[in-house]
Amino acid sequence: MSQGAATQAPPKKRTPIESGVPDPKKFMHPVMVKNYGQWAYHERPRPGVLRHVAKSGDEIYTVRAGTQRQMDVYTIRRLCDIADNVGDGFVRFTTRSNIEYLTSSFEKVPALIKALNDAGFPVGGTGNSVSMISHTQGWLHCDIPGTDASGVVKSLMDMLHKEFITEDMPNRVRITTSCCQINCGGQGDIAINVQYTKPPKINHDIVANVCERPAVVARCPVAAIRPAMVNGKPSLEVDEKKCVCCGACYPPCPPMQINGADSTKIAIWVGGKHSNARSRPTFHKLAVANLPNNPPRWPEVEEIVRKILYAYKAGAKDWERMGEWIERIGWPRFFDETGLAFTKHHLDTWTGARHTMNMSAHVRF
Amino acid sequence: MQIATRVGATKGKDVMTEVKKEGVGTPGAKFDKRPTPKLDELEGGPWPSFVTGLKRLRDSEDKPYAEYMNDLLGQLEHSYENRLGYWKGGTVSVFGYGGGIIPRFSEVGDKFPKSKEFHTLRVMPPAGYHYDTKTLRQMCDIWERHGSGLIAFHGQSGDIMFQGTTTDGCQKAFDELNEIGFDLGGAGPALRTSMSCVGHARCEMSMYDEPRAHRTILNDNVSEIHRPALPYKFKFKFSGCANDCVNAIHRADFAVIGTWRDDIKINQDEVRAYVEQQGRKYVIDHVVAMCPTRAVSLNDDNTLEIDNKSCVRCMHCINVMHKALAPGDDRGISVLIGGKRALKIGDLMGTMIVPFMKLETDEDYDKLREFARNCIDFFAENALEHERIGETLDRIGLPAFLSALGIDPDPNMVKHPRTSCYVRTDDFTDEAEKYFARKGLKKDGSAAEAAE
Repeated sequence: MSQGAATQAPPKKRTPIESGVPDPKKFMHPVMVKNYGQWAYHERPRPGVLRHVAKSGDEIYTVRAGTQRQMDVYTIRRLCDIADNVGDGFVRFTTRSNIEYLTSSFEKVPALIKALNDAGFPVGGTGNSVSMISHTQGWLHCDIPGTDASGVVKSLMDMLHKEFITEDMPNRVRITTSCCQINCGGQGDIAINVQYTKPPKINHDIVANVCERPAVVARCPVAAIRPAMVNGKPSLEVDEKKCVCCGACYPPCPPMQINGADSTKIAIWVGGKHSNARSRPTFHKLAVANLPNNPPRWPEVEEIVRKILYAYKAGAKDWERMGEWIERIGWPRFFDETGLAFTKHHLDTWTGARHTMNMSAHVRF
Repeated sequence: MQIATRVGATKGKDVMTEVKKEGVGTPGAKFDKRPTPKLDELEGGPWPSFVTGLKRLRDSEDKPYAEYMNDLLGQLEHSYENRLGYWKGGTVSVFGYGGGIIPRFSEVGDKFPKSKEFHTLRVMPPAGYHYDTKTLRQMCDIWERHGSGLIAFHGQSGDIMFQGTTTDGCQKAFDELNEIGFDLGGAGPALRTSMSCVGHARCEMSMYDEPRAHRTILNDNVSEIHRPALPYKFKFKFSGCANDCVNAIHRADFAVIGTWRDDIKINQDEVRAYVEQQGRKYVIDHVVAMCPTRAVSLNDDNTLEIDNKSCVRCMHCINVMHKALAPGDDRGISVLIGGKRALKIGDLMGTMIVPFMKLETDEDYDKLREFARNCIDFFAENALEHERIGETLDRIGLPAFLSALGIDPDPNMVKHPRTSCYVRTDDFTDEAEKYFARKGLKKDGSAAEAAE
């Protein structure tokens, strides 16, 4: 209908087809369509490879590989060439931007692994491995970023490559990065997030023209912003004693610059978990703050992540996630084993903070 | 149709002349490569490098985006040097829609003029992220004609992100993507693009048809996606089991999680095989002792006993012994409402609102469709500006929300009953009678026991 309209009158604007979410079956491997909802069990023949067996006896093999997420068309076409030349022409992506090649023939698995490795895509990310870091946009595209997630992730995944291609962790490890405190990267066993350390610097000359002032006042979680006249112009001012440097005012009002080359820091959080397996889902907790935002390789962040990850690997029982390991050994030992400091900033001060305190006589020595 | 024909005809040489008129720049333009010493350091190491990809686009001199990406690399290097970002938002959309484009205008456009507009199209992927190579190649061709050549699979909201084009390019790229069956996702105060796990397509833990639930709700409400008119964002996510591979409980306002009501299925031969392989101690330490409700027990003959009434369907024992154990057959969904990250009152996990609902028949799906719509309507009418539904729940209290949606209170909604005595309870007896009536008991509950 709308296609016809577009053809007949090119100058007239084309009406969109509101088709919504596409039906995945059109793009799905035929064996998956045939056995849809009828799977019996799975195995992992080796890291990066899954074998799913349907109730019908049909099998589908998955070869999983890491990608850089922000991909140029050449990379995508190369991944497609591998699927067409060595696989069955069907792929999917995981929520952590790994690509999965689906094939019904076991014989194709070694060739897929080889082709992916030859093209520089590590095969792994399955089972109890460190999978790809879920990440955000950063300086490449975001309007409020404190750092560049792509660069942080590239640096960390270079270090974690060997943990991606093996399954030697106690349980799966989910790492996330976020370029501001909105935390689009989400909860993680280890979360590497921007932490602002100074109140916003306000460009009073343009606030009135750029910002809807009442909306900005309303956005502040601690009521630290109020309207003010500055140099004869309507603007906003911040009570810096109240300000928690969260950056919430910055997206609706860019003249309230929250980022500074030196004041934007990185904090590392631990023990977040989305799965309901064993314990309920949990939020990540502060491990260390005030790490420098140090491109292009963020070595200080890499060092802390390494310390935390390998303390977990050495200490956790099989199937304990990061947070469950810490819960068992206790926070005093977590700080001892990682060599990190426990400070007053680890004591929560937000609504409900008392529920995070130890209201018992349980003490570890 | 004209556009669709062009997509299929990219091999023809006549297309090249047409390409030159479009895109984000001029093919074959001469320019000096901007130095990128800091970004260059991100090309080494074993992980695939996004910088190498960006450079590849810059070095494609026959493409319209080469010079565009040269300036983009220049601005990114500038950010790496100064440790600051330089993009600002704005208002860009496509004809007929209000959202779906993330506009980006450079604050340093005078220094890097070619890439001063670098907008992103959020495009909804097939539910479960399935692709054939033909479709991926079509996307590449379209984005090569009208954009930067840079695509992210996928953003944290679940969109395919076609990153980097001009205001003009947004409409052209969208028109062609739309013709091959793809539609824009949500942005701003709107219903957002959704995510569902691999689920029914490949996973034995999948307790319902995730793509069907996903498409039923989202496609029923496309206008809410394309024309932002809600108080703030509203997200649905769909996970086939409590492993929650799409992180729905924390990241969605409305999380649909697969579950089951009957007993875990046990294949005792496979249990014995697993115990023989791993040893009794391992199974006791890692399966029995890790059950959160102490519902699992290993018998002396190496068979497993499960107290299904105490089981909370957490998935741990099934994850570990997935050949021996499987979810039951009476399957359905739980719905949790109100998950979100910090802004503004602090992190919230979704709260259990619907402990169990069957999702098999068309009528079941209609019920879910109606419930979802009711939640969106409730949110639209009651949330304050820039308030997520989890915050609304905190502000008004769960009883008010349940009453507005006609949902009965259920002990599965709480970790434990209230500890605060500050509540008016003069209708407690009426409420108790309603509870017993819902349970099929007569009068006050004890009557049913007497009848036995």
